Amino acid sequence: MPKQIHLAAHFPGVNNTTVWSDPASGSHIEFESFRRFAQAAERGKFDFLFLAEGLRLREQGGEIYDLDVMGRPDNVAILQALAAVTERIGLAGTVNSTFNEPLDVARKLATLDHLSAGRAAWNVVTSWDEFTGENFRRGGYLPKDKRYLRAQEMLATAQALWDSWAPGEVVADAASGRFVRDTDAGRFAIRSDQFDISGRFPVPRSPQGRPVIIQAGDSEEGREFAAASADAIFTRHAELDAGKEFYADVKARLAKFGRRPEDLKILPAATFVLGDTEEEAAENARQVQYQQVGPQTAIAFAEQVWNRDLSDVDPDGPVPSFDPKTEDDVDSGAHISKGRASVRMYRDPVATANEWRELGEREGLSLREVVIRKNGRHTFVGTPQRVADTIDEFVQSDASDGFVLVPHITPGGMDPFVDRVVPLLQEKGSFRADYEGTTLREHLGLQPSPTTVAAVSVEA
Amino acid sequence: MTTAPTPGLHLAVALDGTGWHPASWREPGARADELFTGGFWVDQVREAEAGLLDLVTFEDSFAIDSDRPDRVQGRLDAQLIALRVGPVTSHIGLVPTVVTTHTEPFHVSTEIATLDFATEGRAGVRVKVSSKPDEYALFGRREYGTEDRESLFDEAADHIEVQRRLWDSWEDDAEIRDAATGRFVDREKLHYIDFSGAHFSVRGPSITPRPPQGQPVVTALAHVDVAYRLAARGTDLVFVTPGGVGRDGPTGDAGAILRQVRAEEAAVGREGDPLHVLGDLLVVLDDSADAARARLARLDETDGGELRSDARILTGTVADVADVLESWHGAGLAGARLRPAVTSTDLPRITRELVPELRRRGLFRTAYGAHTLRGHFGLARPADRYARA
Repeated sequence: MPKQIHLAAHFPGVNNTTVWSDPASGSHIEFESFRRFAQAAERGKFDFLFLAEGLRLREQGGEIYDLDVMGRPDNVAILQALAAVTERIGLAGTVNSTFNEPLDVARKLATLDHLSAGRAAWNVVTSWDEFTGENFRRGGYLPKDKRYLRAQEMLATAQALWDSWAPGEVVADAASGRFVRDTDAGRFAIRSDQFDISGRFPVPRSPQGRPVIIQAGDSEEGREFAAASADAIFTRHAELDAGKEFYADVKARLAKFGRRPEDLKILPAATFVLGDTEEEAAENARQVQYQQVGPQTAIAFAEQVWNRDLSDVDPDGPVPSFDPKTEDDVDSGAHISKGRASVRMYRDPVATANEWRELGEREGLSLREVVIRKNGRHTFVGTPQRVADTIDEFVQSDASDGFVLVPHITPGGMDPFVDRVVPLLQEKGSFRADYEGTTLREHLGLQPSPTTVAAVSVEA
Repeated sequence: MTTAPTPGLHLAVALDGTGWHPASWREPGARADELFTGGFWVDQVREAEAGLLDLVTFEDSFAIDSDRPDRVQGRLDAQLIALRVGPVTSHIGLVPTVVTTHTEPFHVSTEIATLDFATEGRAGVRVKVSSKPDEYALFGRREYGTEDRESLFDEAADHIEVQRRLWDSWEDDAEIRDAATGRFVDREKLHYIDFSGAHFSVRGPSITPRPPQGQPVVTALAHVDVAYRLAARGTDLVFVTPGGVGRDGPTGDAGAILRQVRAEEAAVGREGDPLHVLGDLLVVLDDSADAARARLARLDETDGGELRSDARILTGTVADVADVLESWHGAGLAGARLRPAVTSTDLPRITRELVPELRRRGLFRTAYGAHTLRGHFGLARPADRYARA
């Protein structure tokens, strides 16, 4: 049997991926949209559905950013509701470690796991700015160098809480009158840099023992954290060579934590555009790119690099000849763009601007065309057969274990992939014809009991 | 100001595990081994919905209530239970409990808005102040006993205020999808809430658009003045305990409590709809009063002690319950929230026997007249506080 592909469906978040002006684009907030999207992914036998989180509306130039689809539900809440209208598909949500407390997060995820019969997953992220903190009790209290520490301690603490109930602790034996085997079930005391908590964790051990843990991170620190503590890792490396390198690097780190290579799944994010012919697919992709990067969006993207108002720049003209403003660090409160993680990619805005300018001059591209070239590339473009072949090649050549697919239309955007690509992957024998297990851990081919270890020790 | 009155009584059921008697889990049919599954909760709420009840509440606490091995230990997050049930029910209001002392108002606001979206307008929330030292230790953020009760209730009022402002922070028509200008929203219709209080400050706007009801229904359980005041300041419904016992002693009869509640409403200058006041009653039901008393005696013996409750305990027939509800109604209460001693036994008695009995007396609906929780109480969908007229 060929190596098995793992697929996740990402309900698009609040960025320019979603072509909201398309007549096929529906509500981004009504439950019906989520139901339809989740059921399509389940029809396609996907491993899991993924939802990112929002904690503050993004701003640019001191105003709420209004060009992208925006407004979303609380993601764990909507995943829980989706558990009622799906049966097998995993339910994964991002939950921030900065503006939540471990007891509350661990309780919610354990509840999601119980009330979905073992389908919960947590994408652990750290928050990075005071801007977001303005919506929460703690405010912007966390120094930069403590963010990773807090995430690690949050995860280690959550794991300690989940493990505080042994399997089979609840006996509920009416005759003998014993509800739990041990009245100390759930007892814990944790003291660490970030937390000082004790008592009894209120949720008995959930069907998966621990929800599946996901991390995103391409940095050295992120890779090491994931190798120790995650069951799956999200990455941007969706190119074959870069993918192979990342894959080999991360998998090689597992052994020192006593884990096997297959205990951590590597899942790059990917977009797709299909067509009946290669030419049609390419034309479709071009159209989607132009829709995703309209004239206003092109200017907005350029402003994130130049860190200044560019409303008088013509998006159909050349890349601006002047240099970006560099005095404000992207993490400082003074940057033009707030609440947008991607801006952190532009560590050297002058170099980025030069790169853009050179590309524009070399190929005679307008600013908008350069932005499209830099930000609008689709991962898979082609006929269903071509896309299926490419995905299979990636996985069989150890460039990934599968993909997190994000469509550009809500809620029907996953349907073409499910209807046209999935059957071809199934024919190859590299993707399941039907679910074999009931839990997400089983879908992902993970060992029944968690193999993850805490990246930091908390005194428990 | 006030919308058309709903005839008859409003009837709610308070769900808590297998029931409000600590020995309830040992009863035949209690399904204690399924307590942590979705099916257990879906079946209970469907039973309540079959009786056309206005709403169910879900109890919650971060702490485990008992260290006794013969008592239920552990519980799931009440908001997520409501969300699990939402898509597979159609009319009944779903009201999870939220502890204001240890939670983020921003998270709670978006979670309840999400419940409202997932149920197309049936969400409510019951706010509760933390009174258990164990809960403080589980969070490790503040020390138990260092803040007075007034301050904790003020924080709860602020919590409600932030939830409500966030619900209104997106005007209903904020989403414009204007392809010509490339704008998805009209940001003039998104609002910073700029709340600043003693316990937290919240900038806004919400990440979640205005929910279907505009404002989901906010509720609280109250036994004492400070809690009546909280309800008068911020909730739509209040659950009270006529003939029960609060922290400060006996709570008084329905009429006396109602006068206290109305006095608090006047004192805080409440505007808009007056509070809907529902009386709590813990019920142990059977075909005769003797049989019901025998049931309770058996349950008490199993547990090894007499059942204690802040709410009045009624041990009797559905006709006895109907009599109490009718007298409360006469005293001016809007209805009742019943706490079944054993859910598997007493909830079907409520839906299949008490409800028909109340109908015979002309006190209860024969069909749902609305499909939102606000609608069940005749509460209009409120205007957005930030919208320019």
